[in-house]
Amino acid sequence: MKALSQKRRHPLAAIALLLMGLLLTGGIYAVASNANEAKAQTAFSANDIEEGEKLFVANCATCHGMGAAGTEDGPSLIGVGAAAVDFQVGTGRMPLQMQGPQALQKPVQFTEEQTQQMSAYVASLGAGPAIPGEEELDLEGADPAAGGELFRVNCAMCHNAAAAGGALTRGKFAPTLEGVTDKHIYEAMVTGPQNMPVFNDANITPEDKQDIIAFLNIIEEQGSPGGADLGSLGPVSEGLFIWVAGLGVIIAFTVWLTSRSS
Amino acid sequence: MSSSATGQPYQPKTSVGKITNFVDTRVGGSAIVKEFGRKIFPDHWTFMFGEVALYSFVILLLSGTFLTFFFDPSMAETHYDGSYVPLRGIEMSMAYASSLDISFDIRGGLFMRQVHHWSALLFVAAVSVHMLRVFFTGAFRRPRELNWVIGGVLLILAMAAGFTGYSLPDDLLSGNGLRIIDGVVKSIPVVGTYISFFLFGGEFPGTVIIPRLYVLHILLIPAMILLLIAIHLFLVVVHKHTQFPGPGRTNDNVVGFPVGPVYAAKAGGFFFIVFGIIAAISAAFTINPIWNYGPYDPSPVSAGTQPDWYIGWVDGALRLMPGVLAGFPFEWNIPFPWGTNTLSLNVLFPALVPAGIVFTLLFAWPWIEAWVTKDRREKHLLDRPRNAPTRTGVGVAGVVFYCVMWAAASSDLIATHFMVSLNDVTYWLRALVIFGPIIGFVVARRIALALQRKDREIVLHGRETGRIVRLPHGEFIEVHEPVDEYKRYKLVNFDSPEALTAQPDVNGHVPKGEKRRAWASKFFFEDRVAPVTPAELEEAHSHGHHGEVASEHDKAAISSH
Amino acid sequence: MADHSHGSPDDAVTVAKPGQGGVQKFQDPGLPPHRPRLADVDPRAEKRAERQVGVLFLISIFGTLLFFFGYFFIPLDQTIGTLRLQNLLLGLGTAFAMLGIGVGIVHWAKTLMPDHEIAEDRHEIRPEADRADAEKIVGDILEESGIKRRPLIRNTLLGAGILAIFPAIAIFRDLGPLPGDVLRQTMWDDGVRLTRDPSGTPIKASDVTIGSAFHVIPEGLNEAEHKLEEKAKAVVLLMRLNPESLNPSPGREDWGYDGIVAYSKICTHVGCPVALYEQQTHHLLCPCHQSTFDLTQECKVIFGPAARPLPQLPISVDEEGYLVATSDFQEPVGPSYWERG
Repeated sequence: MKALSQKRRHPLAAIALLLMGLLLTGGIYAVASNANEAKAQTAFSANDIEEGEKLFVANCATCHGMGAAGTEDGPSLIGVGAAAVDFQVGTGRMPLQMQGPQALQKPVQFTEEQTQQMSAYVASLGAGPAIPGEEELDLEGADPAAGGELFRVNCAMCHNAAAAGGALTRGKFAPTLEGVTDKHIYEAMVTGPQNMPVFNDANITPEDKQDIIAFLNIIEEQGSPGGADLGSLGPVSEGLFIWVAGLGVIIAFTVWLTSRSS
Repeated sequence: MSSSATGQPYQPKTSVGKITNFVDTRVGGSAIVKEFGRKIFPDHWTFMFGEVALYSFVILLLSGTFLTFFFDPSMAETHYDGSYVPLRGIEMSMAYASSLDISFDIRGGLFMRQVHHWSALLFVAAVSVHMLRVFFTGAFRRPRELNWVIGGVLLILAMAAGFTGYSLPDDLLSGNGLRIIDGVVKSIPVVGTYISFFLFGGEFPGTVIIPRLYVLHILLIPAMILLLIAIHLFLVVVHKHTQFPGPGRTNDNVVGFPVGPVYAAKAGGFFFIVFGIIAAISAAFTINPIWNYGPYDPSPVSAGTQPDWYIGWVDGALRLMPGVLAGFPFEWNIPFPWGTNTLSLNVLFPALVPAGIVFTLLFAWPWIEAWVTKDRREKHLLDRPRNAPTRTGVGVAGVVFYCVMWAAASSDLIATHFMVSLNDVTYWLRALVIFGPIIGFVVARRIALALQRKDREIVLHGRETGRIVRLPHGEFIEVHEPVDEYKRYKLVNFDSPEALTAQPDVNGHVPKGEKRRAWASKFFFEDRVAPVTPAELEEAHSHGHHGEVASEHDKAAISSH
Repeated sequence: MADHSHGSPDDAVTVAKPGQGGVQKFQDPGLPPHRPRLADVDPRAEKRAERQVGVLFLISIFGTLLFFFGYFFIPLDQTIGTLRLQNLLLGLGTAFAMLGIGVGIVHWAKTLMPDHEIAEDRHEIRPEADRADAEKIVGDILEESGIKRRPLIRNTLLGAGILAIFPAIAIFRDLGPLPGDVLRQTMWDDGVRLTRDPSGTPIKASDVTIGSAFHVIPEGLNEAEHKLEEKAKAVVLLMRLNPESLNPSPGREDWGYDGIVAYSKICTHVGCPVALYEQQTHHLLCPCHQSTFDLTQECKVIFGPAARPLPQLPISVDEEGYLVATSDFQEPVGPSYWERG
């Protein structure tokens, strides 16, 4: 141990550490995302990374640790990629308000620029899914019907067939997808935030992802043809409605019908 | 036979008269009009639920007939090419494709689908509320026990009609519902697997289940419902309707309005009102958006997969039952000489036991009550629910039992909407399904007894007017206004049976059954509030102030200070 | 007899003493006097009620016209907006048409038709004389038919009748085939590739990254003869965990591949697809009845109504790096049944 601590000041130590770090992140990356073939990273400037680090240290390091290496309260962010940061911070889930079953959405805490800077910093720590660009989010020619089929197989069991959301175990839940931007949906698929599985490009190709987003957009835009959708929650809300509203109106009529006219 | 006493056959003068006379002399219409034209029906808003059920059934027949002209109950594969873009080109069954066509490409088709489904929900709800009304008011007692049983069978048929219809569009939601049914059927010992294979024509899902359910849904079940409705209504005519007790209303008469014109107008008009309400709901509220669910495929499933409300309780029971309790598994592999067989109590128990309890009690209740009270007289006067506290408690316990199980069927929605843990919801509901009915029973019975005491209070001391008066010697009292004799009669005229001790038989021996009956009687009627007698009223009045009756408690409390 | 005092303690009168009630009863005052309605005494009120009924019927006519407008003048142009509008107009039109008639008639009956309550006597449901007559008739019928005197006829008819029911049951035998052991077999076999649902494209082991979940069908399923029946048994969920998180029991160590494991997606409870994978807790949740399976304990049930773990599909990779099954499931998938054993 003593020898090691002495060699720590060796001029080559920094290079050795760097090499070790690179090997480590590279190894993690190889395991974690060998399917997300190195994509054209959105170009971040050195300034972005620097500003991002400052923001990170001030706002995130308490839980995620210095250098985003992770602590008991928060996972390591090395190799999660810019998309994960953009999703978690951009939807207001991070910074976490409190520890709980899962991070809840709340008003976004940072400007788009700050989010961008933090993404740049985390992306600089290890390669991971990048923030989807215009090319990935181009829905021109997407097939919503095929997207619907994929959505039902891969997403509906948690998010509900009409994307209204659903329950998971022990207080966790899959949120509704209504009002979520295309970019965030795409990022959620590639990064698998919280308990959501990762849907990498080998599982669901970028074209498939565009189909799914196109499907979600179309069902959100068109609304329900039969009138108010009662939350798209299925037979329970329909049953409650007929008992409360339907029978309520009918009882009001029966009382009127059997009462004496004045 | 057509000649009158004068020997001259009746000659109608107008053309309408001629046609009427023609029909009358062929079908005996005069006798029917004589019998029913002025028949008396009592009027009360709670008597209308049976009509709601009947009318929603008529609307179901009308809208359902429309739907059959366009629906194709085939499970043959096709590719959708209709108007709904998010499903275009998707492989699906003819049943689902034709359901989509009804919704998107046939004018009024979506409206008719929604009318059909909303009135189906309303039909079962109205049948249930009607039965609750009959139960809570004691209208099932002699001579109406058999009609109560017929009503119970109608409720089961209504649920069967609903479930078979729910499955027909062959969408993802109903397909997963059928899959659950298949799983439940397979858990039946010895014959389960065979029933499953015979039902589905082989392995699930097969290609025959939709056409088979279709035949049940549009032919067999509606025909049975119609037949039973006819018998049900015939018996209503034979028995004449019950009525609430009140001045002038006795066990031997029926007070109300004649069929023609008042009752016929009200009942006929009410059909249009029910239809109008259903139409308004169908205009503005989506039901069963099958286009959201997609075609049935055994791989996907949607969060929030639930049956319609009337099947919800069985689904809830399935959810509440733990598969393994404290290390004790409810699935047993039982070794037999010919091999090992599997008994899946974690499925069989919740599927059969709650429904078994509810329907056994429901069908047996008229006889249980007759056995306990030893009262086998005809009862044409209804009980106000408060005047039968134990029965009311039992009914409320049943309602709570149902509601807890239906809540369990929506445990995931409760979890997401109230931001609580799904598991905790299940734990709480497991406790509530056992303790909820008991609490409901006790609370409802207490409330009924309290309301009876309030009635006594009103009869004895009059209605609280809210007027505070200061007497010459400084005492403040609230003026109580005595109720008039009609209102009073309504409050005092009820049966309040007393607990009957065990009666020895001719040999002076008390049989075991009689002891049990005495115990049940004590349970039923130990706590009772008797109706006010004229003597009691007289006594209360003699204590009262001149011209107004102050509460005795107030007086006693004040004067003791 | 038990006589509990359940009234308020200071008001002993509230609680009935045995034998006290029922002796004395209030006299029935008879029907309350009839109170005339406004329309009975005031001709103007009567006229007004008449007009109101007329207006209600006019509303109904308006409703029907609205229906026709919605039906003929809203062209369905394949957009949801027009469909919604048409549905609204048809529904509101019908609602006005029906409510106009219904409310109108009831208002008419309530305000303008006589509202005197009438008492009608009830009659015995079965008068004793009728019973005696009926009994005699039935007796005569039985006597004339001779069924009591001729036991041979009676017994043979009874036997014939009972037996004649059975063909009506037996004829339904061909509703479906006998189960046999088809429930024990799926399309999976040694060397069958795992492919994506629904596209049917094979999956490389390297495609399955940690945290991801693939919905899998056997290769060739989309071309299978009984596609849905096979799919109902064969669907599989494929996940990759850190290999250290898995705790395979002896004999099952090689059922996964480098942390990649495949489990049947069909719930062992009643057969819903157990498709909800929580990638951090490694729990699988069934959305139908909330059975929860722990992937790190070979899908042992940790919550809910299921009683058995999900069956695991043994997998490996072929020479091209694609994931393949190494055999069928080792036990029947899906809900339990009597012959499962």
